[in-house]
Amino acid sequence: MSFIGIMKIALKSLMRNKTRTFLTMLGIIIGVAAVIAMLAIGQGAQKIVEDQVNSMGTNVIMAYSNFSGTAVRQAAGGGNLITVDDVEAMRELDGLLYATPVYNSWGQLKYEGQNWRGSITGVDADYFFIRNMSIAEGDFFYGSDVENGNKVCVIGKTVADNLFGDIDPIDKVMRIRNIPFTVKGVLTEKGQSVMGNDQDDVVIAPYTTVYQRLLGRHWRVMSVMVSAQSKEQITNLQQEILDLLQARHRGTTSEEFIVSSQTELAETANEVSNTMTILLASIAGISLLVGGIGIMNIMLVSVSERIKEIGIRMAVGAGKSDVLMQFVIEAVSISIMGGIIGIILGASAAHIAGNAMDWNIVVTPWSIALSVGFSMAIGIFFGWYPAKKAANLNLIDALRYE
Amino acid sequence: MSKLLLETKELTKTYAMGQFDVHALRSVDLKVNYGDFIAIMGASGSGKTTFMNLLGCLDKPTSGSYLLDDIEVHKMSSEQLTLIRNEKIGFVFQGFYLLARTSALENVELPLLYTKKITSHERKERAMKALETVGIADRASHFPNQLSGGQQQRVAIARAIVNDPSFILADEPTGNLDTRTSIEVMTFFQQLHRQGKTVILVTHEMDIARYANRHITFRDGRVISDKINPNPADAATDLKNMPLPETED
Repeated sequence: MSFIGIMKIALKSLMRNKTRTFLTMLGIIIGVAAVIAMLAIGQGAQKIVEDQVNSMGTNVIMAYSNFSGTAVRQAAGGGNLITVDDVEAMRELDGLLYATPVYNSWGQLKYEGQNWRGSITGVDADYFFIRNMSIAEGDFFYGSDVENGNKVCVIGKTVADNLFGDIDPIDKVMRIRNIPFTVKGVLTEKGQSVMGNDQDDVVIAPYTTVYQRLLGRHWRVMSVMVSAQSKEQITNLQQEILDLLQARHRGTTSEEFIVSSQTELAETANEVSNTMTILLASIAGISLLVGGIGIMNIMLVSVSERIKEIGIRMAVGAGKSDVLMQFVIEAVSISIMGGIIGIILGASAAHIAGNAMDWNIVVTPWSIALSVGFSMAIGIFFGWYPAKKAANLNLIDALRYE
Repeated sequence: MSKLLLETKELTKTYAMGQFDVHALRSVDLKVNYGDFIAIMGASGSGKTTFMNLLGCLDKPTSGSYLLDDIEVHKMSSEQLTLIRNEKIGFVFQGFYLLARTSALENVELPLLYTKKITSHERKERAMKALETVGIADRASHFPNQLSGGQQQRVAIARAIVNDPSFILADEPTGNLDTRTSIEVMTFFQQLHRQGKTVILVTHEMDIARYANRHITFRDGRVISDKINPNPADAATDLKNMPLPETED
């Protein structure tokens, strides 16, 4: 008998028992939906981390003083604070492409009647290259602005919108803590970071100006941002920077400075999200397995309550293989249909969750292939035993079974 | 001389029941020609059901030979027997044995589903024709539980003839039916016989056997008599002479 013919028979007998078929399917639906949703959320988290890391810039290394533990006392004395001279010394290192000091501050921003509170970052002009920043309007500031301590700045989209509204901010003078700065440019939009920070809510100014005009005397802590010439040089450069800092700050240990790289950060984040994904997916996988056992259970019941039907079919010409195929197909149909419904359900659940958390949810084709394949395998695996049992029934016993 | 349909030689079936062997069938020799209408009779335990199972290729003999259309059936595997059942034998059972929640038409189509490739259109057409033969084509879309016992048995007869088998094997086809319906069903067997079909009927009721042309009686696993019935009763006439029932269906 043809495969399609048996498939029709199998589908018909499933249709005769819609409620039971659906309830059996439910186990697979939930299992597959869970796997799809968990993988999608996991993948989404990973993608966010990747985007985040990439938005930081290319081959970025950051160095800052470690204020935890014993270092605190020395920090108070200022013995191990990184200085601008340190940055200048770093520029001589092999494999280093750009370097900039980074001063962070907060303050009131003002333009005519408008007020905004935002973060102010004092950096060298190299910063724009390290962070792959681009300008939407106007221009960056340059090395000469830094050298001269010019009161210029580049602002993010959020700041531009809130402070200037419809007015073109280029060459306008805004006030940062009452000190007038000329806006040279507006940055291209970057969107939110993984922590929900608005990456466009920034004011970037020459570090010399920020240091002289905006920082209080007791808060002149600086970090360094550096970019390596290539990915391969990152690890090496990290060590060199640490060595350099130790050499330039006598009596300090390696624990007093933290030199971390973007790749390290990415790896750690990826590791965490990978572990989470595997954990979630395996919990979901267990529910899929339970669904499979449910199929086997129902198929066994189905076989024993259809012994007579099997007998009749065999009497009028159904071979063992026909009966075997019929029951296997029934089981596989249940699992595949459950799988497909599960994928739709899981993907929509993931999207709803993604929208609620403002996450970028990715349902990858391979996770769909995995679910379909897995649910089909479960159908065959758990359907085989009941089907074998049906096919091996003694014809006369089956026919006379009441 | 009509053509030989089947022949059994020293057909024997022995069941092992614990330590004892039950000799259900002891060396049965029998010839059946095309066009016969045979009633196989005997009390329960006489071996007639075992014989029927063997004739119907539902079971394999312990020893002896069984030739059906010159095919050595006793040498075949169960998969091959499946094919023989499908192509050469039409079954009618006491309990009708229709698939529940399956329309009459689909029940009749069942043997054709497992047969060599025919189109679904052709399959429906043949099933419909078989239903017409037993006068129940108007109930084609009904489910078995919507049909009376007599109607169900007629659907079963339609299923038995749909594949145009070499012979029809009916196991107590009237066992679950009242007298009138029994005779009604017998009219169809007689009708099929007159159309040239071979019918082998297993029954323990003499009333039913008298419609057949040949009576074979079993006892203790052996054939004790094999007689031609020179004047078979006519079921259609009997039905006409019966008082009308108060209601049908």
